[in-house]
Amino acid sequence: MKPTLKKTPMPEQEPQHRVKNFFEVALGYSEEQAVTEAKRCLQCPAHPCVSGCPVGIDIPGFIKKIKERDFKESARILKKYNNLPAICGRVCPQEVQCEERCVVGKIPGSEPVAIGRLERFVADWEADNVKERTVDPTVPKGKKVAVVGSGPAGLTAAADLAKMGYSVDVFETLHKPGGVLVYGIPEFRLPKSIVEREVKYVESLSVKIHLNTPVGKSISVDELLKDYDAIFIGVGAGTPKFMKIPGTNLNGVYSANEFLTRVNLMKAYLFPEYDTPVKKGNNIVVVGGGNVAMDAARSALRLGAKSVVVVYRRTEQEMPARREEYLHAVEEGIRFRWLTQPLRYIGDEKGKVIGVECISMELGEPDESGRRRPIPIEDSRFVIEADMVIEAIGTDANRFLLSQFKGLSLNKYGYIVVDSETYATTLRKVFAGGDIVTGAATVIEAMGAGKKAAFWIDRFLSGEYDPWR
Amino acid sequence: MKNRIIKKSRLAPQVYDFVIENEQIAAKARPGQFIVARAHEKGERIPLTIADLYKDSFRMVVRGVGKTTYELCMMNENDVLSDVTGPLGNPSEIAYFGNVMLVGGGVGIATLLPIAKELKKHGNKLHVILGGRSKEYVIMLDEFEKIADELIITTDDGSFGIKGVVTDGMDLVMNKSKIEVAWAVGPTIMMKFCSLKAKELGLKIWVSLNPIMVDGTGMCGACRVTVDGQLKFACVDGPEFDGTKVDWDELLVRLSQYRDEEELSLRKFKESVGDLSWL
Repeated sequence: MKPTLKKTPMPEQEPQHRVKNFFEVALGYSEEQAVTEAKRCLQCPAHPCVSGCPVGIDIPGFIKKIKERDFKESARILKKYNNLPAICGRVCPQEVQCEERCVVGKIPGSEPVAIGRLERFVADWEADNVKERTVDPTVPKGKKVAVVGSGPAGLTAAADLAKMGYSVDVFETLHKPGGVLVYGIPEFRLPKSIVEREVKYVESLSVKIHLNTPVGKSISVDELLKDYDAIFIGVGAGTPKFMKIPGTNLNGVYSANEFLTRVNLMKAYLFPEYDTPVKKGNNIVVVGGGNVAMDAARSALRLGAKSVVVVYRRTEQEMPARREEYLHAVEEGIRFRWLTQPLRYIGDEKGKVIGVECISMELGEPDESGRRRPIPIEDSRFVIEADMVIEAIGTDANRFLLSQFKGLSLNKYGYIVVDSETYATTLRKVFAGGDIVTGAATVIEAMGAGKKAAFWIDRFLSGEYDPWR
Repeated sequence: MKNRIIKKSRLAPQVYDFVIENEQIAAKARPGQFIVARAHEKGERIPLTIADLYKDSFRMVVRGVGKTTYELCMMNENDVLSDVTGPLGNPSEIAYFGNVMLVGGGVGIATLLPIAKELKKHGNKLHVILGGRSKEYVIMLDEFEKIADELIITTDDGSFGIKGVVTDGMDLVMNKSKIEVAWAVGPTIMMKFCSLKAKELGLKIWVSLNPIMVDGTGMCGACRVTVDGQLKFACVDGPEFDGTKVDWDELLVRLSQYRDEEELSLRKFKESVGDLSWL
């Protein structure tokens, strides 16, 4: 049977309904849909998809088992490589990773196999159907590893190390584990119950997660160095950047981090049932063109905004957000103003934002990022009315912890310098990975780093290789 | 048990003194630092200052002003706070200076206490001014009496000490002694006027800011303040800053940001628990 050219569509909440709730937008495949989609996979011998996956999942392997309706075995294969598949199936940019390399996608007019959707299906199927999840017994190695940060990098490193037999303690500053998965990514894209489920799996591997424990404050770096055989730092790039234009401190101006933390971690969308409030603007301007800007814009809409405008200084072609997220945002009625740069926020006499003065841009020569540099057009200033502004222009290294780690080399942006292969820092016993090394990137890249670092931590602790020699 | 309320006592109307079990904080906190607490699963994260440290517990003083702080004040001994994170922020920069002026108002008096004790340990002479609306709101008086070399009380209504405000006390101290450095901790409006007074007197003054925070670890920027024209995060860059350089009016406006939501929350809370004036 000749496979169909298009991916099996994923059922979704209709835009007019979903803008009024925080429930998940994409609803997931049924067994039938998953099997139909799995049949599109050619099981090609070269399987280039695997090399496109930062954690190297045996993609043809788990898809073959879906085709055979052996979902349990499919899940087992998946879990061997990926400790957090239900999360990855939802938030990975598969279109630039595994799916981009899929042979089926190279056939003219054909879409690649929906690997991400299948991954999500298997992970959810396992959670719904396999009650007793067996964990392969490991031989304790008698060594201890501390993992700083419980985001995607930290959880992945912790799970892999625990599977290898290390005793792992994870230290998390916030009151919930998951890092950006709980404070950053909204419920409608990644339900927090899914994160909880995956964290429980990691804990079932005997990983101990210590919440409310800011390393460098409530436990010192020296204590960690003394008590553990190795340390993995995966604290993310958690400090919001501000454009620092006039009016930044007006009421109603948020960093995306604050806005999303209030909404996601603190559940401000359920205020006053939950105690943390968030402003509910009518006319909202979101600044930035990445996934975080999409998350902020779509969350603001769900809080009841009449109008949400995303301003971005480049164009649709250059925007870093995932295509899928951008299209979801457009479907939901979010408007985009390309080639637009805010110059200042205008406030009223009470110190509350009422508008954003912007200037139009045009694209010049490519800059160091390879994208064409936006240049302001003279005499093109205009004002967008806004009672709330969310800046989503990126994040910086978190100064909070790094200031405590003496001897750790940082690059000019404040990120940790590591050996590109082993993830070893300049400080003996200390490894690092994820956004704190690369700057803000994706969940899966952080997980890839956590996985590779775990591999090298094991080699270091078993005496096979010493990155500091 | 971690975060259990070991002891609770009433210091003034709506002002309660707590001892909370938490070894990490007891072991690591330094004067000037704070914690972030969450009372229950649906609760807000709020910053609170550390008033004292014991072997495996710490002391904090809470004044009921909104729903969250009322809820905290209504918790009892052996209740357990859902979450306590800390110590956060930078410790006070304490050394031997000579004559030091300490100005405290409201529950800021509790924040001032560990700073005062540490300054005393370093051999400083302490000129302390404590202010309140009326006599009953001047808390921890006996504790300051033990360490202060000079103690001035001001009350708005004159029910105790001098009738006036803490800046009147600052003038009195300055008239008699040469002060090297000052700390002022209290309501934002009080710290603003103390800073204006210090500027006028050419006095170096530290203030401990208490803006709205969410995480308290530099992650959200809710607590951003302008200090000397620079954007600072009170949680990781502070909480103490040179008071003469703080943009006070901006901070006061930012503190009022959620007034409507705070009123709604409190009104609904009072509907469910009834009158709170007994607290």
